[in-house]
Amino acid sequence: MAIAVYKTSRVIVQGITGKEGRYHALACRDYGTKIVGGVTPGKGGQDIEGIPVFNTVEEAVQKTNPNVSLIFVPPPFAADAILEAVGSGIKIIVCITEGIPVLDMVKVKRVIEKEGIILIGPNCPGIITPEASKIGIMPGHIFKRGSIGIISRSGTLLYETADQISKVGLGQSTCLGIGGDPIVGTDYIFWLEKFEQDPETEAVMIVGEIGGDAEEKAAEYIKAYVTKPVFAFVAGASAPKGRRMGHAGAIIMGKKGTVESKYAALKEAGVHVIENPGYVGETIYKTLKEKYHFSI
Amino acid sequence: MKLHEYQAKELMSLYEVPIPEGRVAYFPYDAWMVAMELGFPVVLKAQVLTGGRGKAGGVKIAKTADEARDIAQELFGKTLVTAQTGPQGVRVRKLLVEKVSSIKRELYFSITIDRTIGKPVVIASKRGGMSIEEVSELYPEDIIKIPIDPAVGFLPYQIRRLKYDLDLVEQEKEISKIVSSLYKLFMDKDCSLLEMNPLVVTDTDHLVALDAKIEIDDNAIFRRKEVAKMRDLTEYDPDELEARFAGLNFIKLDGDIGCMVNGAGLAMATMDVIKFAGGSPANFLDVGGEATPDTIAKGFEIITRDSKVKAIFINIFGGIVRCDKVANGILQALKTVEVKVPIVVRLTGMNKEEGMEMLKNSGLAFSVANDIKEAAHMITQITKGKNQDQPKETTKETNKKEK
Repeated sequence: MAIAVYKTSRVIVQGITGKEGRYHALACRDYGTKIVGGVTPGKGGQDIEGIPVFNTVEEAVQKTNPNVSLIFVPPPFAADAILEAVGSGIKIIVCITEGIPVLDMVKVKRVIEKEGIILIGPNCPGIITPEASKIGIMPGHIFKRGSIGIISRSGTLLYETADQISKVGLGQSTCLGIGGDPIVGTDYIFWLEKFEQDPETEAVMIVGEIGGDAEEKAAEYIKAYVTKPVFAFVAGASAPKGRRMGHAGAIIMGKKGTVESKYAALKEAGVHVIENPGYVGETIYKTLKEKYHFSI
Repeated sequence: MKLHEYQAKELMSLYEVPIPEGRVAYFPYDAWMVAMELGFPVVLKAQVLTGGRGKAGGVKIAKTADEARDIAQELFGKTLVTAQTGPQGVRVRKLLVEKVSSIKRELYFSITIDRTIGKPVVIASKRGGMSIEEVSELYPEDIIKIPIDPAVGFLPYQIRRLKYDLDLVEQEKEISKIVSSLYKLFMDKDCSLLEMNPLVVTDTDHLVALDAKIEIDDNAIFRRKEVAKMRDLTEYDPDELEARFAGLNFIKLDGDIGCMVNGAGLAMATMDVIKFAGGSPANFLDVGGEATPDTIAKGFEIITRDSKVKAIFINIFGGIVRCDKVANGILQALKTVEVKVPIVVRLTGMNKEEGMEMLKNSGLAFSVANDIKEAAHMITQITKGKNQDQPKETTKETNKKEK
């Protein structure tokens, strides 16, 4: 089953005529994703190796019937691009753009919450259901279809963990990066709920980072609602203390935000904490086999 | 981007927020003149982009103009070491000289973005003057948090709440004006933090922003040219600044293993894995999505400038950036920058085979690792070995560089 994106997902790419947009639209198509159209204002009527380009998302929606939009629009215009997709009725939006002003995201967040939109990112690698649909910038070949769901804050760390999981002979149901910016569309909890319900997913890996309290909140949720095994690594154990990594919003939470606080909360929730990022694959393999008697 | 206190106060003053009378001094004689102009006593405050300067001796009171000049003389060129600066500290180059305000009560007030709810939030407390981190630990019940819906802005009932919770019944008009002005400033200038600690009630029952801090969202600098001009380049670490101009994200640490990684998350995890293998990272370096020969050369240049660095760990997971491109970048860069320390490379992801092949055929001596833990093991073996063999020589080199 997997979650959110499937072989049938129909994707448009906003910003398809830019260098990044073009490269990744084609890479996604090569992977097997149905890229049905692209949008760049002023470039309507052109095509990118057979993918039709439209001036507006509205037009692309009418002509190509997509259900996902993948956004590569530069930071000053990215928030508007997200809202344009929302305004045209698209319910799943993946925004790769890094560097969107925070106050722009404050506005976006308000709209997507009201409309019930799934926004992945911004500042994220995207989402992939291996061997079915890749909607993002990740190297597709490191992912193998299987039973582990991955939720990561960072892009390259998503690749690192997925790669380790594939190398020990396991695979992934769906993997995504929720984004590294202060304000992103979805949190761990949203995806934990989806993975918990997905019959194909048998275990979940969380890849966190220091700062904020998203991992602590996830821990509370896991304790109450998640029955499947959960694994977690939080990057930043070696980050220098005393150098402010967050702002007052993060600081006000007292001791929350440190690796110690996050691991304590996660362990308390029964999560298998993997402190050394070199051993993610091995630990998951061993734990699932020995503790949960998976036949791997 | 952090602003100096005097810059934050200038901005606040433009929005009609009451601030103490004062001026910036660049030389001891300036301080003498400003003191004469303002009357006594005056307070001299070091303008450095770090917190905790009061405890570090960066804030002093003078009762005469001569005393102001002498204190200024002492503060200029002084290095302030605070919990946030690290042992190297920051040098004082500017002072803000202000008339001393009479203080009846000290309050805390700030606006920031609450990343959990995705909205601006006002944080206030009756307990001003101490750090808000301390207040949140000692008196969490004394912290007021009011989220603001950007669609409607700051509302009258929220101001009433501040009025009662902060005991500002007499100052109702003033607090109302200050709060709405600051919220406007926050939104107008794309702030990520706007803080008054303390905001004081004076002897005559007026409100004054005694200290002010503003941070601007780096992502929004492109559309805030007027604020961008306020960036004080002298306050940045030269290496970090040079890296930033080259499109790299570099933070100096005090270990001996140089790191060059793509992606902030992987860069942090690389440091972690080095620590777990018993080593110590010399830096955090994210080369980002554009690993061109130029940026990689710049990375090598900055890393090897640190004489403590005994080996370099390059960890690339090709996604946006393809491994063959990175390998080419490394080889090109090594033609322009001389790297004398051993390099351990771990390349994987998009076009890994091509990249590895290029490195192997280059004739240069790389150690190539298959995965992140093997790489960490290899590199700590190298640095530990060197530690035992030539401790004296390393010390000598360090001394030379510092002179």
